[in-house]
Amino acid sequence: MINSMKSVFKSLFLTELLKGMSVTGRYYFRKKFTLFYPEEKTPQSGRFRGLHAQRRYPNGEERCIACKLCEAVCPALAITIESEQREDGSRRTTRYDIDLFKCIYCGFCEEACPVDAIVETRELEYHFENRGENIMTKEKLLRHGELCENQIAKDRAEDAAYR
Amino acid sequence: MSAKPEINADNMVTIEVNGVPMQAAKGSMIIHATDAANVYIPRFCYHKKLPIAANCRMCLVEVEGVPKPLPACATPVMDGMKVLTSSDFAKQAQKGVMEFLLINHPLDCPICDQGGECELQDIAMGYGRSVSRFAEKKRVVKDKNIGPLIETEMTRCIHCTRCIRTIELVGGDKELGGMGRGTNTLIGTYIERSVDSEMSGNVIDVCPVGALTAKPSRFAARAWEMRSTAGIAGHDCIGSNINTHTRNKEIVRVVPNENEKINEVWISDRDRYAYEGLNSESRLTSPMIKVGGEWQKTDWNTALEEVVEGLRGNKANIAGLMSPNVTTEEAFLMQKLLRDMGATSIDYRVGQQDFSDDNGVPIAQGLGSSIEALESLDAALLIGSNIRHDQPIASHRLRKAVGNGAKVMLLNSIDYDINYPIAEKIVTHPNELASELAAIVKAMLETTQQSAPAGLDALIGSVTVTDSHKAIAANLNAAANTSVIIGTQAMALTDLSTLRMLAGLLAKLADSNFGYLPRGANSVGARLAGALPFAGVGGKEVTMGKNALSMFDSAASAYMLMNVEPERDCINPAQAMRALNDANFVVCLTPFSSDAMREYANVMLPMAPYSETSGTFVNAAGTWQRFSANCAPLGETRPAWKILRVLGNLLDLNGYEYLSSEEVRAEVERDSASMSKDNQLNWQCPAKLSNSDALVRIGDLSIYSTDNVVRRAAALQQTVHAATETVAMNAATANKLNVTEATRVVVGQGDDEVSGELKLDERIPDNCVMVSSATDLSSGLGAPNQTVTVTKD
Repeated sequence: MINSMKSVFKSLFLTELLKGMSVTGRYYFRKKFTLFYPEEKTPQSGRFRGLHAQRRYPNGEERCIACKLCEAVCPALAITIESEQREDGSRRTTRYDIDLFKCIYCGFCEEACPVDAIVETRELEYHFENRGENIMTKEKLLRHGELCENQIAKDRAEDAAYR
Repeated sequence: MSAKPEINADNMVTIEVNGVPMQAAKGSMIIHATDAANVYIPRFCYHKKLPIAANCRMCLVEVEGVPKPLPACATPVMDGMKVLTSSDFAKQAQKGVMEFLLINHPLDCPICDQGGECELQDIAMGYGRSVSRFAEKKRVVKDKNIGPLIETEMTRCIHCTRCIRTIELVGGDKELGGMGRGTNTLIGTYIERSVDSEMSGNVIDVCPVGALTAKPSRFAARAWEMRSTAGIAGHDCIGSNINTHTRNKEIVRVVPNENEKINEVWISDRDRYAYEGLNSESRLTSPMIKVGGEWQKTDWNTALEEVVEGLRGNKANIAGLMSPNVTTEEAFLMQKLLRDMGATSIDYRVGQQDFSDDNGVPIAQGLGSSIEALESLDAALLIGSNIRHDQPIASHRLRKAVGNGAKVMLLNSIDYDINYPIAEKIVTHPNELASELAAIVKAMLETTQQSAPAGLDALIGSVTVTDSHKAIAANLNAAANTSVIIGTQAMALTDLSTLRMLAGLLAKLADSNFGYLPRGANSVGARLAGALPFAGVGGKEVTMGKNALSMFDSAASAYMLMNVEPERDCINPAQAMRALNDANFVVCLTPFSSDAMREYANVMLPMAPYSETSGTFVNAAGTWQRFSANCAPLGETRPAWKILRVLGNLLDLNGYEYLSSEEVRAEVERDSASMSKDNQLNWQCPAKLSNSDALVRIGDLSIYSTDNVVRRAAALQQTVHAATETVAMNAATANKLNVTEATRVVVGQGDDEVSGELKLDERIPDNCVMVSSATDLSSGLGAPNQTVTVTKD
C-alpha cells in the first residue's frame, strides 16, 4: 500500500527526471575535461612506453651488442635479431626487427637491455599505410633514436634513481 | 690417467655425505662418490675425464674433524669419513672462492658466446654475491690467435687448466700451458703459434667459461636459440655420437654426445667443424637438367621424368657409383634400383684400385672388435694407416693403450706424425709394403715354428728378415690381446689383395684380431647393403659386374652417381672424368654441385646430406647407429631414399612402397642378419710380391679432403692439416730427379700431366712423390701408387 503510494508520488512529480537533470546541471557548470587533441595534449610520464628506438653512444657508435636478451624476454615474440662479427671484431646485429603488430608495449625489452640500447620513447602518434611498414627495422629504430635522443636521455636520467 | 679406480666389492669404504651413508671405492675422491650419488658439489677444474688438478678450489667441502675446508676433487675417501657439502662452513668457503674468481672475470656475458650455457654463470647464480666488493682495476689479458678453429678471449679465463689437460690427454701434444703465477698466470702456447691437434676443438667443450669458443660459429647464435638434435658424425668409420645445434634450419655448431663405447666425450675437429660445408654456397637447392648444354632449374617431376627416360634409354649398360658416406638405406635402395633394371656394375669403393680378390674376399670388412677394445690392446700392427688423421678417435683409444704399455707398430709409405711412442716403424716405398709384410710373416713363422700354408714358402723365400721384422713379429706373438689392422691409406695400394692376404695370415699366425679401418662413414653398411659388384644385400649372389675402377675403363651408356664427386673421390679421376664425359646419360644425386659435375652430368638431383635425412651408419665395429634429420632439407632438397623410392615407382618396378627409412633399414637388417662378421680370408697364395722401386706417386688422403662436405668446410681448410696443392718428395729423390732447384715441377702419368709447386718433405720415402688425393692437382692425374715421371716445369 505504502509502496504504491510512493510510486504514484514519484511519477506524478517527475523526481527521477529532476535528479538526473541535476547531475547534468552540475557538470554543465564544472571545469571541463575535454582536450582539443591534437592541439592540446595530456601530460606524459617519463616512463611512457611508446614507439621503440635504438640509441647510440655520444661518439656515434650504436649501443646494441646483439646479446639478444630482448628477443629472449619478449613475451609477444615481436623481436627478430641476427648477429655477426663486425670487421673490428665487435659483436653487432645485422638485422634487428620489431613487429609493431605483435608488440604489446610491455617494456620488457628495455628492462632486459644491458646497455640501454633499445628504449620505448614517448612517441605514440604513428600509423602505417602499407604492408610491411609495421616492421621497425634497425635503420628506422636508430633514426628514431637520433631524433629523440635528448628526450630519451633526459627521461632516463630522471628515472635513474628508481631503477 | 683419471684417478678414478675400478669399483671392486672388497676395496670399498663407507662414508657419510650430508648424513647419508654411501659406499665409495678406496682411493677414490669425495667428488667421485658424491657425483655417483647425485649430490651436487660446484666445480670448475674437475672434469670426470681429465686428471685431477685441484686448482680452482670451488669444490671445497667440510669434513668433520678437519679444521679447514677440503677440496672434494682431491681428497681421497676414508672409512667413516663424514662429509658435509652444504653446511654453513662449506657454503662460506665456496662463496669465498666464487668471490675471488669473479674479481677478475669481466662482466661481458651479453656478448659472450658461452652466455646462457656457462658454468661460471650458473655457479655464480648460486654462490656469487649480487654486488662485487672489488673496486680496483680488473685484469685484462691480450687474446691469442691459436688458429682458425678456436677463438680466445683470455680475459675471461679463470685458470682452471682444463684446456691444458685436455690438449695433453686428448690432443696428444703439450700445445697449451700456463705461464706466470697467481694473478699473472696466462694460458697460451708460449710461442705465438696455432694449436694443431686434430682433436683441438674439445677444449671448447671443457672450458667452463667463454675463454675458448668455436671460431666459425662466433656470435652466430645464443645458447637458448639453438635446437639440439642427436646425430652421428659422417666422416669416419668410428661413427662418433654428436649433438647438432641448429638455428633457423641452419647448423650453427656441433658438439659431442657422450657415448662411452665409441667416442667417450670427445669428437675430432673434422666431426666438429665439417658442418660448415653443409652451409656452403655450392649446395644444390633445386633439381637441375641440362637442356642444349645449358643448365635449367626445374621441378622434381620434370627432373625425375628426365632420369627415367635417360635410364630406360640406356638400360643395357648402366653403372652406379656411390660414396662410402651414404647411409645404409641409400646404398641399399640404389643397388636395388639398378639391379632391378638389370645393371650389375655397382660399387662404393671409390678409393680402391686392386679388386683382384673380389671373388674370395668376405663381405664383412670391419674392425673385428669394438672401438672400446682398441684401448685394451697389448700390441697392434697398423698397415697403411695415418690413424691419427684417418680416425682420430681410434687413435685416441690406441694412445690410451700405449699409455698402459701397449706396443703400436706401423707399416706405412709415409712417415706419419703419430703422437704416441711407436714400438716399431717401417716406412717404405708403396710397392715394397707387401714384401715388408711378407718379411714380418716370415719372421713370425720362424718365431712360432708353425708350418707355412700352401705356396707361401716359395713366395717369401727371397725376402730378407731384419731385426725390425723380428721385433714386430715378437711383439705380436708375445702379447695376449693383439690386432692387425689395415688402415684407410692402404686401400689405395695396387697390391691390396696381396697385403690383405698376408695381413690375414699374420693375424692367424699370431692369434691376433684382424680388422680394417675403412674409408668413409659407412663402408661397412654399404657392403652389408650390397653396394658391391660381386655381392647383393647380405652377401647375396649376383652376376659379377664392373667395379668402381673398371666401370670407367670404357664409358658405360649411363651412370648414376650418389653423393660422390668423381673428380675428387675416385681413385683414377682423370679416367673417370673421360668416361663420364663420354657417357650418354649421367644422373647425379648430390648435395653439392661442382664445375666438373656441370660438365658431365645431364641431371642433378639435390639429395639431403646426412644432416637433413634419416638413416643408419654402420661403424667399423659393426654398430648400427640410426639418426634422424637435424634440420629440414634446404630448398627443394629431398632425402635420397625418397628420391630412389620414387624413381623405383616411376620406373614401374615392384617393391618400392617404403613409407619411411625405418622400413628400408628393417629390410637390410633382415637380409643381412645371417651374414658372418668375420674378416678373415681363406688362404689363397698371392701370385707374387711386387718389388719394383720405380718412381711412384703416393696419393695421401689427407684429413680434411675425405669427403664432399669436409672439402667445403672453410675453417678446416685453413688449418695446417688441409691438403696442399704441392708435389712433395724428399731431398734425395729431388736430387736424383734433378729438380732440386726448381720451384715447380710437372708430374706425368700416362697421357695426363699436372704442374705443381715442389715441396721437400722428408717423411716421404725414396723414389716417391706425393700429390695428395682429392685435390685439384690430383684430379688431373690417374691412380696413385703407380709409376709417374717428374720433370722441371
